[in-house]
Amino acid sequence: MTAWNREEALICVLADMMQGARGVAVGATSPIPASAALLAQARSGGRTKAMILGGVQHGPFNDGGPELFDRAAQGRIDVFFLGGGQIDGEGNVNLVGTGPYPRADARFPGNFGAPYLYFLVPRVILFREEHSKRVLVPKVDFVSAPGSSPDGLHRPGGPHALVTGRAVFLFDRGARRFRLQSLHPGETLAGVRDETGFTFDVPDEVTETPPPAADDLVLLRGPMRDQIGEIYPEFVAGR
Amino acid sequence: MMTDGTGFSSIEDLAARVPDACLLAVPKDEGGVSMAATRALIRRGVHDLHLLCVPTSGLQADLLIGAGCVATIECGAVTLDEFGLAPRFRDAVQSGSVRIIDSTCPAIYAALQASEKGSPFAALRGIIGSDVERQRDDWKIIENPFASTPDPVLLLPAIQPDIALFHARLGDRHGNVWIGNKRECVIAAHAAKTALATFEAEFDGNLVADERYAAGTIAGVYMEATALAPKGAWPLALPGYYGRDSDHLRAYAKAGRSADGFAAYLAEHVIGETP
Repeated sequence: MTAWNREEALICVLADMMQGARGVAVGATSPIPASAALLAQARSGGRTKAMILGGVQHGPFNDGGPELFDRAAQGRIDVFFLGGGQIDGEGNVNLVGTGPYPRADARFPGNFGAPYLYFLVPRVILFREEHSKRVLVPKVDFVSAPGSSPDGLHRPGGPHALVTGRAVFLFDRGARRFRLQSLHPGETLAGVRDETGFTFDVPDEVTETPPPAADDLVLLRGPMRDQIGEIYPEFVAGR
Repeated sequence: MMTDGTGFSSIEDLAARVPDACLLAVPKDEGGVSMAATRALIRRGVHDLHLLCVPTSGLQADLLIGAGCVATIECGAVTLDEFGLAPRFRDAVQSGSVRIIDSTCPAIYAALQASEKGSPFAALRGIIGSDVERQRDDWKIIENPFASTPDPVLLLPAIQPDIALFHARLGDRHGNVWIGNKRECVIAAHAAKTALATFEAEFDGNLVADERYAAGTIAGVYMEATALAPKGAWPLALPGYYGRDSDHLRAYAKAGRSADGFAAYLAEHVIGETP
């Protein structure tokens, strides 16, 4: 078995979460989720359709910006990835800035489509490589998109998981809390707790995040390398 | 419609048609951004713009903000993507020198599409309960009048820009411009009171009358003026024609972090540009 790197492991973890999905949408500047979506597409023999927003080759849409949002509201997008300057323990996401609003202490780019897609896409995977108390906070300073909503509001969508550079969490929608799923190799529960600004549930036995499957590595390093390279030349060059 | 159907405008003429303090709609990066007209706007000293990003922006918004042209920015986001945060946007919002109206991409599209239809508002799913919705006094929540059980829905007032400004791929002598699949430009042009465009190359014929181009064309009836501007999206990309100038954007992301660096960038690439 060949050695594998961190990015490859994260790509495979994310691809595992897209089992059975038909439509998967990824923002243009997210090489790891985009690679995962393309891997899920390759694994599925084409049943899973990856939509890399901004990608010329990998968008099945041709009707401009509103089309993704319209399809999401119709229930035709199953998985979406979301980052976030801040993420809290209830799955709230902040894409706007820290401190007061609107004159933030540190302003982020803005909400993009998050306040919409978080409500409408069933499996939203929060992905942020940086796992620190700066990002994973007790309470976000601005709710770009809430982790949950009161009963009676049309909300088929919401957080499914949180994947960071240290660990994988699943979101429990009933409890409105994250539950640790696995630790990446080299991480400890105590270390992850130290770097997480919110409390989370822990199973009796904590497992290690699995290494990439040999078949996936063959795909990633072979046919998919050029595909990913077209969208992210610098990401492929750095791997 | 254009002057007399025979002549194009100059880029500086186009910029002169954008009044101070107007509501100006511009498309996202790679959606056909007229950087040539943006530089001309800065040279003309336009000020107090209400800049509506359809639905996001990058270098264009950052330059206009840094050059003091913008009073209000309404957007889904402003970012230089992998080159980092938009430095002048960030400083202006943090210092309060620009008023920000934080929106979300589908809300901007829907409000423009309402204006396309001449409808007073659009109804949209999602968004309810976010701070985005809470800080928007102009948005309203109603109960879906067609539902038998409670079903709150968000209403957004239509947005009618004064002007839509963008860069098309082709322009013809009838005032038509071909934007290909950049539907953001179509929505903005149809929603706005009038539209201005630069274009990459001249089309010898009538784009509306040509079946190969008609679907991707914005008809001259929507266009007030058009101007030929080869490489008019530079340093941004015009997909199908040229990619973005990554070295330039990387250098800008660094220069824009300081007032001096930004001033030097303006002097070299905007004020010093030979139109």
